[in-house]
Amino acid sequence: MIHSLFLVNASGDIFLEKHWKSVVSRSVCDYFFEALERATEPENVPPVIPTPHHYLINVLRHRIYFVAVIQSEVPPLFVIEFLHRVVDTFQDYFGVCTEAAIKDNVVVVYELLEEMLDNGFPLATESNILKELIKPPTILRTVVNTITGSTNVGEQLPTGQLSVVPWRRTGVKYTNNEAYFDVIEEIDAIIDKSGSTITAEIQGVVDACVKLTGMPDLTLSFMNPRLLDDVSFHPCVRFKRWEAERILSFIPPDGNFRLLSYHVSSQNLVAIPVYVKHNISFREGSSQGRFELTLGPKQTMGKAVESVLVSSQLPRGVLNANLNPSQGTYTFDPVTKLLSWDVGKINPQKLPSLKGSMSLQTGASKPDENPSINIQFKIQQLAISGLKVNRLDMYGEKYKPFKGIKYMTKAGKFQVRT
Amino acid sequence: MSASSAFSDEKGGSSGEPEYGHDPASGGIFSTDYKRHDDLKEMLDSNKDSLKLEAMKRIVAMIARGKNASDLFPAVVKNVACKNIEVKKLVYVYLVRYAEEQQELALLSISTFQRGLKDPNQLIRASALRVLSSIRVTIIVPIMMLAIKEAASDMSPYVRKTAAHAIPKLHSLDPDQKDQLIEVIEKLLADKTTLVAGSVVMAFEEVCPDRIDLIHKNYRKLCNLLIDVEEWGQVVIINMLTRYARTQFLNPNINESLLEEGDEKAFYASDEEEDEEKKVEASALAKRKPYVMDPDHRLLLRNTKPLLQSRNAAVVMAVAQLYFHLAPKAEVGVIAKALVRLMRSHSEVQYVVLQNVATMTIKRRGMFEPYLKSFYIRSTDPTQIKILKLEVLTNLANETNISTLLREFQTYIKSMDKDFVAASIQAIGRCATNIGEVRDTCLNGLVQLLSNRDELVVAESVVVIKKLLQMQPEQHSDIIKHMAKLIDNIQVPMARASILWLIGEYCEHVPKIAPDVLRKMAKSFTNEEDIVKLQIINLAAKLYLTNSKQTKLLTQYVLNLAKYDQNYDIRDRARFIRQLIVPTDKSGALNKYAKKLFLALKPAPVLESPFKDRDHFQLGSLSHLLNAKASGYQELPAWPESAPDPSVRNVEIPDWSKCTSRKDRKEKKVEKPFYSDSDGESGPTESADSESDSGSRSESVSGSDESAFGSESEESGEETESDEEEEEEEKMKKKRVEKTKAKKPVVESAESEQSSGAEDQKRGRKTGKDRKSASESESESESSESEEESEDESEEESESDADIRKKKAPAKQPPKQSKKVNKKETQEMSLLDLDDFEPTPASAPVTPVNFLSSSLVSDLEGLSLTDTILAPSTIAQSASMKMCELLHRIRGEGLAVEYCFSRQPFSPDPNMVAVQIQFTNNTSSETKTIHIEEPKLQSGMRIREFSEIELMSAGESVTVVMGIDFCDSTQAANFQLCTHTRKFFVSIQPPVGELMTPVFLTENDFKKEQGKLMGMNEISEKLTLGEKCVNEHVIVERVTATANLSRVPCGSDKECRFAGKTVSSGCLVLVTVAMKEGRGAQLTVNCEKMVIGTMLVKDILQALTQ
Repeated sequence: MIHSLFLVNASGDIFLEKHWKSVVSRSVCDYFFEALERATEPENVPPVIPTPHHYLINVLRHRIYFVAVIQSEVPPLFVIEFLHRVVDTFQDYFGVCTEAAIKDNVVVVYELLEEMLDNGFPLATESNILKELIKPPTILRTVVNTITGSTNVGEQLPTGQLSVVPWRRTGVKYTNNEAYFDVIEEIDAIIDKSGSTITAEIQGVVDACVKLTGMPDLTLSFMNPRLLDDVSFHPCVRFKRWEAERILSFIPPDGNFRLLSYHVSSQNLVAIPVYVKHNISFREGSSQGRFELTLGPKQTMGKAVESVLVSSQLPRGVLNANLNPSQGTYTFDPVTKLLSWDVGKINPQKLPSLKGSMSLQTGASKPDENPSINIQFKIQQLAISGLKVNRLDMYGEKYKPFKGIKYMTKAGKFQVRT
Repeated sequence: MSASSAFSDEKGGSSGEPEYGHDPASGGIFSTDYKRHDDLKEMLDSNKDSLKLEAMKRIVAMIARGKNASDLFPAVVKNVACKNIEVKKLVYVYLVRYAEEQQELALLSISTFQRGLKDPNQLIRASALRVLSSIRVTIIVPIMMLAIKEAASDMSPYVRKTAAHAIPKLHSLDPDQKDQLIEVIEKLLADKTTLVAGSVVMAFEEVCPDRIDLIHKNYRKLCNLLIDVEEWGQVVIINMLTRYARTQFLNPNINESLLEEGDEKAFYASDEEEDEEKKVEASALAKRKPYVMDPDHRLLLRNTKPLLQSRNAAVVMAVAQLYFHLAPKAEVGVIAKALVRLMRSHSEVQYVVLQNVATMTIKRRGMFEPYLKSFYIRSTDPTQIKILKLEVLTNLANETNISTLLREFQTYIKSMDKDFVAASIQAIGRCATNIGEVRDTCLNGLVQLLSNRDELVVAESVVVIKKLLQMQPEQHSDIIKHMAKLIDNIQVPMARASILWLIGEYCEHVPKIAPDVLRKMAKSFTNEEDIVKLQIINLAAKLYLTNSKQTKLLTQYVLNLAKYDQNYDIRDRARFIRQLIVPTDKSGALNKYAKKLFLALKPAPVLESPFKDRDHFQLGSLSHLLNAKASGYQELPAWPESAPDPSVRNVEIPDWSKCTSRKDRKEKKVEKPFYSDSDGESGPTESADSESDSGSRSESVSGSDESAFGSESEESGEETESDEEEEEEEKMKKKRVEKTKAKKPVVESAESEQSSGAEDQKRGRKTGKDRKSASESESESESSESEEESEDESEEESESDADIRKKKAPAKQPPKQSKKVNKKETQEMSLLDLDDFEPTPASAPVTPVNFLSSSLVSDLEGLSLTDTILAPSTIAQSASMKMCELLHRIRGEGLAVEYCFSRQPFSPDPNMVAVQIQFTNNTSSETKTIHIEEPKLQSGMRIREFSEIELMSAGESVTVVMGIDFCDSTQAANFQLCTHTRKFFVSIQPPVGELMTPVFLTENDFKKEQGKLMGMNEISEKLTLGEKCVNEHVIVERVTATANLSRVPCGSDKECRFAGKTVSSGCLVLVTVAMKEGRGAQLTVNCEKMVIGTMLVKDILQALTQ
């Protein structure tokens, strides 16, 4: 399946290679570099590139291309999904997945890659198992290792791979037993010029951080499970139970994991928490353009809209923008023509606005495209779909865990067309 | 290089040692390189682990950067036996990387791994095999082969999994080993653990993907294991099964009515049943039903469907392609939602999914129509995603949504991304061709775009308009006219050229305008771009041919201008055209054909999706994505004309291991007389239960109820401390449990009438069988036969059996009793009872939702009970206990094990179902230490083992009770039964009726609870009562035999009510049978758990309709 893996940084250098079968020369990446050159934007490199003898499948994460070399037919998603899993694992281990972090931890990276694939076929990809095999580096451990010469490699054998619940490591012990669940919903929307919603949907996830001793068996139930239209589960969730009772029943992995992703049924009308008034215009023959933008809260269920960030890709003809924000700060990058305005919190009494003029190339005709406006925001303590966790119960262990549930609504791909 | 030096700085914590990768600026090139390696060698030779580790880390860092470290091979390989586990691992990494280049030296390490292969620890065995097989050195092929073969029969599934991984490695190293490897694959395919399944199928796909015959016997097992296999394995298995299904089943979308497979089925049946069942076979033929989808085909579809919920995009895609290629049209729709969900994922995932969706939308447009808006494009999407989304949107366009779509397209045209704008214009063009109603709107819109400033937009629009007009030019002469007018304003040469071409091509439709355009163009000829000039010449030529009167002079003027043009192409063209169209004396034969040449009807370009016909590649595959066959791609076979023999998938089970076929059952019967002694209980009596079912139960319950309450709540108080939230619920549950417990001790006397017993027995068997047939269980050979058939048969059989047994029974009882003096009479009665049902054991555990292959079934088993509960009083009585075989005496090498659901509350844990297990030692020697090991349970299931049986002397029988929490599912509980010498894989699967315990409710309570469980929780079925269901008594008896429920008093004698609750979650189960005129009746089940409810309805229905 996966023959080799090359890690390529933003400037096009191969900084790590790993081969699971016979060595494939790194010159194979030349085809990738060609494609990279052809692509106008970094994200426009085709994920699959055929070469005379191999196929290159790449993903771009954190400005690093992970280029897998394969030699024969394999489902492309299989490789892509695996590569993303590799990135997730690195992130889990090193906190960030950057070139520097990978280079700093090259031995751990190599050990991880060695365990994750055998002969190109995924072997252990569950982070709980990997952590049993290879301990993640911490500052303390690095210091201790340097002094004592001890190792990052787990001494005990990874029994997790053999257990019935392969995602959970064995012998977990905590003095404080806690289980936290974050219900995070994202609104994906396209709002048209006149302010009416073209499409809006809510996607949610339940992320968990479970630190419980032993082998707890949890059940999580919702007040209104019918809201959930389409769901995908962490493998620990018992599907039958969900089918029959709409209850999430699972033995959790240890630590952080995504329990559930869901899509709220499209019949429900989506409340759009912010509105935008905009007036962006260019006049024919003039080298000036007007720019006016006002934000306001709409259906927020009484909660504050925070961390608002507005960004817009202005037309190429715009040379500079001279704007005046009523709050927050704005930046305009004259090279990429990206305008971004960090608004902060929306105060319903005094709506934030950004007004001013844009200067255009003199003599150039008026741009005929309209920039669209992307908005990010957060609303704490609210799941916009109205989803509510009913209760969380634990079986199988005697202690009483501390349980916490947090709700949050965020903008996903929230776009206003002008 | 600076980056890499920083890199190594961080690596080597010890600054004292020379750094390996330091700046080229600071040192020499090769000489120092060697020197540095000497340092590493020194460190490797030292006896300090920390130095070795340091050296290895640096070497690995070198490998990671692609630097050559092969000259260190001898120094490194020496450390292969190092005790430090990290050093060892890094040495492995090095070894695997360089062994190929240093074959001789690599051999030094082999013995270490060979030793590792014998290690008692399974993980060490596995890792030794893993490294050994990764060393690509041809000379060790025989060693690898041997190691793989050995590992393939290792006790540990983990080692077997590693063996499966090693197979493709060896195959790529030495393809000559293929035949031997296939043998190993065949062996591993038969493995029943989920750990191995994915890996071995992967090996199968790499080594011998064409040996589809190896899959037959494992097909059902793979389907059933699928959901528990790790996600990567799932992908491989699903893809393989898609291909398999294409060769084995018929296309569900054509000729459904013609697909009767009666003949095959009959063969199949006769294989199984042999001569003895000829009569039955005849009736099977007579009653065979019209074709339904092969149950194995259905099994695959059903078992893959839940995986659409996987978090792994590859798994979802695999299921989606399976449904697309295999499912009946009506069912394919389920995949749309899941695929749309994947669109939220990383852009690479989106890219692949959209490619596949684009292909699917061409064939099954309706499926994605509801999700149209999910494909709307955002300005932030990468261009390649935008273009794919556009493709999908175009494919989805139809009369109803086109207006919305066009509005959407209009915004896209204003995008800054010009490639995308061009694609949008083409998309509009395609919509216009596909949907007649909007053709004019689209054309008008496109015409407006001609005035766009952007050349690309204009050119693209003109091209698209040109294509559209070419389709029906006669209707659009006004647009051509309009475009002719535009020529005054449009400056983009490409667009002008296109317009001129159009006018020339359709000059007959615009006879007045065309010459005028030519006039204008002739005027501006010298100022035009070259492509425009060429088209002017072209136009002139065409006009000359159609309308020479008006244009002769103009044409000659244009040709003259062209003759002196700077561009030689234009001069050439002019010369060529002049010769062709202007008749002169010298002009050749071509002249007369000029008109044909220029005004030939040109075929309209076809605007079709680039994704058309891509579905001949298996969706989700690399080949599909590239639209070209990738190496190693296995073609998706066409559906067969007629279905191959489905019986190949039957798993042969030795006669004695399971009673899966009637023949087996018969044999058993025959055996009985011979073995009756050792078996202990082969005698058929009917016992007590029948009565408890019918009348006495409800009364006894009400009686004991109150007294039970007190003790109950005490206990619950103790146990629920842990979670207050649950307390109430729990209490309720426990109360109910205790109630039932209290009720149970009502012991039925052994002397129940023989006659009713016989009837009961018959009924028991029937329900068992029905359940089986209802479930369409693929594991059963009879699956293809109609239900009635099997019912009829069983009726026949059971009738005769019952007679025989009735006679036998009284005779056998006395000896048995004497044997088991130590046990209570009541217990014995129940055992007898169990025995009675022995002929149907295989069917009993199979319940509707579960499709266990018979191989699987044969593997499962299990039981155990703590013997604290063994108190005889609890074991006693209770309704219709069907003894099922867990381990046949022959398979168990003399140890026979049977189980039944005793319907007792399991006191150590009220959420468990009590399973009573009887061991009989048929050997002549002692069996020791019987206990349970390695339960392999569905998540959430729990087992409370019985305490170990230390000793069983020859001929002795022991009964124990174990508890299993089935989590209210009918999934089997799998575990190993171990004796001092052997281990047996066994499994217990509960019929749905055993997952509940009776609850006492008053009529009012019942109504109240029922009121709460309306709507989706209520399932009603009309039925016609079977001949024997003459009165209430029989109905009650049958219902309670099917499910462990208690009767609820009821005012009307036309209605029977029953109540129970599920054992593990305590959900109420309410059953109402209302009798109507004649034989009619209405069965209503109210249960929060719809699955349980549905299955229960099925079971009860069958019990009542007999």
